[in-house]
Amino acid sequence: MDFLRPASWEEALAAKAEHPTAVPIAGGTDVMVEINFDHRRPEYLLDLNRIELLRQWEVGEENVRLGASVPYTQIMENLRAELPGLALASHTVASPQIRNRGGVGGNLGTASPAGDAHPALLAAGAEVEVESVRGNRFIPIDEFYTGVKRNALQPDELIKTVHIKKADGPQQYSKVGTRNAMVIAVCAFGLALHPETRTVRTGIGSAAPTPIRAKEAEAFLNAALEEGGFWDNGKIITPSIAKQFADLCSAAANPIDDVRGTAKYRRHAVGIMARRQLGWTWEQYRGAGRTLEGAA
Amino acid sequence: MAQNTRTVPAGTPTEVTQKHVKGGVGESTLRPDGTLKVTGEYAYSSDMWHEDMLWGQILRSTVAHAEIVSIDTSEALTMDGVYAVLTHEDLPAAKNYGMEFQDTPVLAYGKVRHHGEPVALVAADHPETARRAAAKIKVEYRELPLITDEASALAPDAILVHENRDDHHSGHVPHPNIVHRQPIIRGNAAEAAERADVIVKGEYTFGMQDQAFLGPESGLAVPAEDGGVDLYVATQWLHSDLKQIAPCLGLPEEKVRMTMAGVGGAFGGREDISMQILASVLALRTGKPVKMVYNRYESFFGHVHRHPAKLYYEHGATRDGKLTHVKCKIVLDGGAYASSTASVVGNASSLSIGPYVVDDVEIEAIGLYTNNPPCGAMRGFGAVQACFAYEAQMDKLAAELGMDPVELRQLNAMEQGTIMPTGQVVDSPAPVAELLRRVKARPMPPERQWETAGEGADVRALPGGLSNTSHGEGVVRGVGYAVGIKNVGFSEGFDDYSTARIRMEVINGEAVATVHTAAAEVGQGGITIHAQIARTELGVQQVTILPADTQVGSAGSTSAGRQTYMTGGAIKNSCGIVREKVLEIGRRKFGSYHPAWANAELLLEGGKVVTDGGEALASIADVLEDEVVEVEEEWRHRPTQAFDLVTGQGDGHVQYAFAAHRAVVEVDTELGLVKVIELACAQDVGKAVNPLSVVGQIQGGTTQGLGVAVMEEIIVDPKTAKVRNPSFTDYLIPTILDTPTIPVDYLELADPNAPYGVRGIGEAPTLSSTPAVLAAIRAATGLELNKTPVRPEALTGTL
Repeated sequence: MDFLRPASWEEALAAKAEHPTAVPIAGGTDVMVEINFDHRRPEYLLDLNRIELLRQWEVGEENVRLGASVPYTQIMENLRAELPGLALASHTVASPQIRNRGGVGGNLGTASPAGDAHPALLAAGAEVEVESVRGNRFIPIDEFYTGVKRNALQPDELIKTVHIKKADGPQQYSKVGTRNAMVIAVCAFGLALHPETRTVRTGIGSAAPTPIRAKEAEAFLNAALEEGGFWDNGKIITPSIAKQFADLCSAAANPIDDVRGTAKYRRHAVGIMARRQLGWTWEQYRGAGRTLEGAA
Repeated sequence: MAQNTRTVPAGTPTEVTQKHVKGGVGESTLRPDGTLKVTGEYAYSSDMWHEDMLWGQILRSTVAHAEIVSIDTSEALTMDGVYAVLTHEDLPAAKNYGMEFQDTPVLAYGKVRHHGEPVALVAADHPETARRAAAKIKVEYRELPLITDEASALAPDAILVHENRDDHHSGHVPHPNIVHRQPIIRGNAAEAAERADVIVKGEYTFGMQDQAFLGPESGLAVPAEDGGVDLYVATQWLHSDLKQIAPCLGLPEEKVRMTMAGVGGAFGGREDISMQILASVLALRTGKPVKMVYNRYESFFGHVHRHPAKLYYEHGATRDGKLTHVKCKIVLDGGAYASSTASVVGNASSLSIGPYVVDDVEIEAIGLYTNNPPCGAMRGFGAVQACFAYEAQMDKLAAELGMDPVELRQLNAMEQGTIMPTGQVVDSPAPVAELLRRVKARPMPPERQWETAGEGADVRALPGGLSNTSHGEGVVRGVGYAVGIKNVGFSEGFDDYSTARIRMEVINGEAVATVHTAAAEVGQGGITIHAQIARTELGVQQVTILPADTQVGSAGSTSAGRQTYMTGGAIKNSCGIVREKVLEIGRRKFGSYHPAWANAELLLEGGKVVTDGGEALASIADVLEDEVVEVEEEWRHRPTQAFDLVTGQGDGHVQYAFAAHRAVVEVDTELGLVKVIELACAQDVGKAVNPLSVVGQIQGGTTQGLGVAVMEEIIVDPKTAKVRNPSFTDYLIPTILDTPTIPVDYLELADPNAPYGVRGIGEAPTLSSTPAVLAAIRAATGLELNKTPVRPEALTGTL
């Protein structure tokens, strides 16, 4: 195994072009586990740790430009206001040690349905900026996940920056695991209210071959909120709307039975999380005067 | 975090020991290895290194039950850096080993009987080379039908996991796929059942728990010039290993010199041999030192687990709550090799009704041979599974009678003088009702601890924790109680002893003692306790603890809660002999100067020989001068008896230990997630030799019991008998956010038969913790919950 250590982004792109099978490594929290367990034995490892720009973020007017290697700890500590959903998701990632190493670029690169960041990115709305020696392109997050542990990257491309919409309303994120910390997702759910566009977006993790949005549930809720004038009158959402939304989120899931949980449980839990998060975010939107993000 | 109280009720029998000695018995002296372990500087068995050493690697079976058609090592042998590739054909001597039954192949021959069984062995100059070479070995299997449970094991046409058994139980078992069967019949359960106003029945399932010690199996074998081997390993019992290793190497025991390496946890999982024989075989074969370290994945295949069990119970009681009878059947899955299954069967059977008075019982426990992973010793050893079931039964009975579950338990609680189902009289304190009273009397932890002043919910205090699944929605509190009984020490007539060599001499004008035993320090605290006993007995301050090795006699295993009792007892005993020898020298030298030297009751205190009145006669240094006193003696607990194979009668156990728990849990009833808020424990410890260690053991045992209540389980696919979750990603153990406050209230009611009155403490808290948590979850949800661990699916009807 050759270990490539480019000193700059340009060198990294050149190396990836020359060795398209090279596996990029930053925090190493996924890649090293796979290597240690001999699940993969890449010909080349492409170390991105010398590339400073990947560890930087910038808060713009509309978006946060998040470098692929910005560790989860930094997101939790510095981007809570702009990216509340992703900050909550970051807090559920593994242990403090792993959160100090791992970043969203790794989650996207691995594209595991269980990656903690995905539902938050789907709910917030994001574009993944990838680049190769041929140039750069922006992949909408909805088109990024193409299969189980597969994504839309070309072999010569590297993930550079994730452009995530700044929150214009409340966001929530929950993950179910059978332990109260340091657990891989049995399933996960993210919800973002977008008052500016009067829409909601969702994200479901670990309950389908890829991270997905519950689009029918979103459409139903968008219509129900519009019809009832909820965005303007700020009324409490009726239990029947919340239930229907939760049921549609459950129905959007396409989970499997595995060692971590049954399909039936996953579908059930997605619905519970959806209903609760709708309550939390809507209460916050109505200006109940207290944050319901969770005070951990 | 914990609030600890130590209470000695009035009228408590306590043995009179020596006056308080600095750093002696009863003091919380600190572990010398504590800081090193916390800071990561401690050298564990996996940290050893030897110049020019090779790395050993095992190839394990990929199927659970198969004939081995062929093994082709040719490609592996041609790899650069590979020094040896061995199969069973290359073994130098005996091909099987085992603690109780010699049924376990060093390397599989003929067939493999479980997923992950060692088949071939590689030595190479780099661990990666060794792994790659192992992967090049081609093994052809012809798969055989699987035995995975009682039905398939005992079916009329069942294939035998082991043909031609000739072990000490093969003659009496009803089927060759039963390792051991232990019935216990006392009184007449059928007649007594007619007196019962209420009868409750239950079927319970206990999942396969893993010891999940953090230091994987590892060690270093160094070939010696005399043709022998020096072996450095982390184990629970050096001499038991030695007895199994030497015949497999074809060496006399004196040529296999074993030294204890740093142990990273044990909990029963290091009682059996792991890499010891294999590393030694490679070292002798290659003439080079060989290191072996399992990774986490391999570790799940590298040691036995706790027996999963099916338990069938019937309890009867009169309307006023007095137990009339208990009938039960316990089926323990021993997996492919016996390990300590037979002893676990004896424990499960003899402790199956719990710490209660029941005159009429019909008990049967069996241990199966199957093609599942081998199971053996783990903290609680058969008593854990039983406690889970009989405590669920007691709650069921209380509900049926409309009684308070604690009152029902207290009404039937055993006490000193109670006769066990085996006919054995409990002849030392058994404060079962008092332990329950204490946990019940504790103030309840405050409700809704997640509520904060204006900051929203503190999710760390809620089920789901940092995963942010609830801000209080769906959360219901439940409270549950349980109490358990565990035997201490080795039972059923086993000749159980420990050996201590004590040396006393003068160095730089100061009398000092050296303690040499083969006792394994696996975290239980022998490292402080052995020195504390020497200080108390010999009146010296400076005590050196030598590394455990086989240059001294056997200490027995660090298991069964026995090591402070047994090696502590051996040290106390040897120190007593040393003291007499020192006094003899003193009398010889100074006897004519002072009449008090003739006094039979002289003591060693504060570096001096003193009379029982406190008068100093001479310093120990002046008595000894350049003489050295050294004593090595074996010490035994009182003998026990085997259980009768038909009636189960016999004084089978040395001592009993009792603990009770109250669990307070909060359950997210919609998502099926559990947060244990508090697990209060009350336990009789006989005598707290090191109170800090006592509390640590109780909190650790409690947490391990919590683990198997809500998350810990090795999942074996019944269709393939393969382990589905051999990793810490999917075999979950409690983190600090899953670990509640554990207040500990310990009693010190001395056992007059035991040194200082001590009672084994490490195991009892693991028993009652699990059923207390289950009872609390049942209270919160109203669900029956007959299986542990409880998964979210079971709480949400989504199985």
